[in-house]
Amino acid sequence: MKRYTISVFTENFIGILSRITLIFTRRGINIDGFTASESREEGIYRITIEVTTTEEQIIQLSKQIDKIIDVIKAFYYMDDEMVFQEIALYKIPIGSLDPGLEKVIRQHSARIISAEKDFVVIELTGHKEDTQALLEVLKDFNVLEFVRSGRVAVAKPMVTIDKYL
Amino acid sequence: MKDSRIRGADIVIKALIAENAKFIFGYPGGAIMPIYDALYDYEDQIQHILTRHEQGAIHAAQGYARVSGKVGVCMATSGPGATNLITGIADALIDSTPLVCITGQVPSYLLGTDAFQETDVVGISMPATKWNIQVHRVEDIAPAIAKAFHIARSGRPGPVLIDITKDAQVALGEFNYVPCLNIRSYKPYPKVSDKEIEDAAALINQAERPYLVYGQGVIIGKAEKELEAFLNKTGIPAACTLLGTGALSEEHPNYVGKLGMHGNYGPNLLTNKCDVLIAVGMRFDDRVTGDLTRYAKQAKVIHMELDYAEIDKNVKCTVPVLGDCKVTLAKLTEQVNSAKHDAWTAKFHELEAEEKRVVVGNDLLPTKDGLTMGEVIRHINEFKADDAILVTDVGQHQMVAWRYFEYKTTRTQITSGGLGTMGFALPAALGAQLHDFNRQVICVVGDGGIQMTVQEFGTIMQTKAPVKVVLLNNNFLGMVRQWQQLFFDKRYSFTELENPDFQKIAEAYRFKVQKVDKRDDLREAVAEMFIHDGPYFLEVVVEKEDNVFPMIASGSSVEEVRLS
Repeated sequence: MKRYTISVFTENFIGILSRITLIFTRRGINIDGFTASESREEGIYRITIEVTTTEEQIIQLSKQIDKIIDVIKAFYYMDDEMVFQEIALYKIPIGSLDPGLEKVIRQHSARIISAEKDFVVIELTGHKEDTQALLEVLKDFNVLEFVRSGRVAVAKPMVTIDKYL
Repeated sequence: MKDSRIRGADIVIKALIAENAKFIFGYPGGAIMPIYDALYDYEDQIQHILTRHEQGAIHAAQGYARVSGKVGVCMATSGPGATNLITGIADALIDSTPLVCITGQVPSYLLGTDAFQETDVVGISMPATKWNIQVHRVEDIAPAIAKAFHIARSGRPGPVLIDITKDAQVALGEFNYVPCLNIRSYKPYPKVSDKEIEDAAALINQAERPYLVYGQGVIIGKAEKELEAFLNKTGIPAACTLLGTGALSEEHPNYVGKLGMHGNYGPNLLTNKCDVLIAVGMRFDDRVTGDLTRYAKQAKVIHMELDYAEIDKNVKCTVPVLGDCKVTLAKLTEQVNSAKHDAWTAKFHELEAEEKRVVVGNDLLPTKDGLTMGEVIRHINEFKADDAILVTDVGQHQMVAWRYFEYKTTRTQITSGGLGTMGFALPAALGAQLHDFNRQVICVVGDGGIQMTVQEFGTIMQTKAPVKVVLLNNNFLGMVRQWQQLFFDKRYSFTELENPDFQKIAEAYRFKVQKVDKRDDLREAVAEMFIHDGPYFLEVVVEKEDNVFPMIASGSSVEEVRLS
């Protein structure tokens, strides 16, 4: 089992997410991370799915996704074939603010993106290992809320979607 | 100025007519009433067949589509009407049958409110359709139907569903039909690679024991002539899958039989003896391959297939040949050497002789008292026309009829293959017959399956379709009983049926009926059935506990095919 990322370019069609996730459901495969947003091309959506599975299975999954009528193209990659990031937000109560916290933020190259009356929000973008490491440290400062996105990723191979339009 | 706009409901019917749909198989209800109202004005241009259940409508559409090669159209209302279509939709997807299903839906302002007869039909049908869509606006109806037909019939065909809200059906819009020819995200016919053809030809030209297995892709791709030309030139023995049956006449010298769990002895056994296996338009279903880890491991595999997702799905191939087999077979034929494989083909015939000795003889010319399913098919062969269509249900009778019916032309074998849907045969036979009243349509069905859609006797009565229904009655769910005998220690759990008087049922629907339980009466009864020019119901009481052989037990290898 390895970690793979499937990158899917789709038309903006109602139900397309369901059609894609059904392919995983049917095979009893869990999705580790999922993001969706409009791509460089207006009207074309880019969906990034992170999944832990075998090479054999990832080939089947990406072929089945590719077969969906409103999918323009699906690619799959190993981690070393992609440049990827995830964003994490940490909500810390104002009472936890002390010089130690500032040091932690610096060390992890994180930043405070919002300061409210009762809390601050720290943001860190990076790989899961990075955002997880910060979470572990911040637990000493009482993390009220934590959220991490699925990965966004661009491929290293010089293939673009234009070829398939 | 006169308003040129028409109702969405009229647009639906005009679009179907523009797509040359001849029949709509359907059942009305609240949420589709405007479309049925519109239909009333177009009776001279499109024929609606009122089935007795929505499942009957969709199986009839499947039977029609499979025989005609055209898109089958069916219609149902929202909620239960639509959910009753689902079995047929799933069946059509796995057997690659082109269908356009139109369902009515509650008005768009009631969506999500649990309104009367509201069901999330797009959601329910999603995993079983090639494509589906819900339409809320009148201007979207015609483009959706155009797209639906294109998707249903192109590439690897399949069922599509359009769910139209009632408010869109009654709203007014312009009708300007533009057929759909291209969808940016959908490439149904992959480009053929000359390299793949060359590689395949090289393998075939070196092969000593090449073996070709063909499936329904040959029929869908209308590549029957190309297959025959390839076989004529190469001399390679060929066997068919259940759904590929008929693509090549069984009288062709290269034809060696049928594959699969109840296929022929040689074709299964020798799969593990060939050196090059050429698979054309088939998907290596588990009922064909048995245990994949022991399937054709010695062979180099050439997979000629239109659907890229099928390549390497079940069997890893040495050379894929992606593309429409009508094109790829023709190109490949140009590049292969003329050859003969007489000694190798003789091996198939040796095993065929053994199968005849152990199995076929007893099936077709039994000496025991009870009637066999096989001898019924033998008599059907005696009287049927060369282009007669055989429609079967699911179970023992399906396998026996398939094994012994003499297929001479394409599109004559209509059955539920991938899904194994009991209840398929009776409505599918109706649909097949409606395509052409002049062809013989023989519906062979078991006593279990016929009771799942027996209400379609009514539709046959109303349309006067001259279907010949042959009920092989053993008062058992025979295939399940066979498995219970062989694999569950003869524990016959809920497989014996107390059946009604089928003669009376068929007679009530104005079929001409006859029942046979003695061998001496059988031949004459079959002959009489074919002479009658209307719907006919022949019940044959067959041996209660017969088994179908050869058989590859579930999970066994093709080389473990047993004759008894």
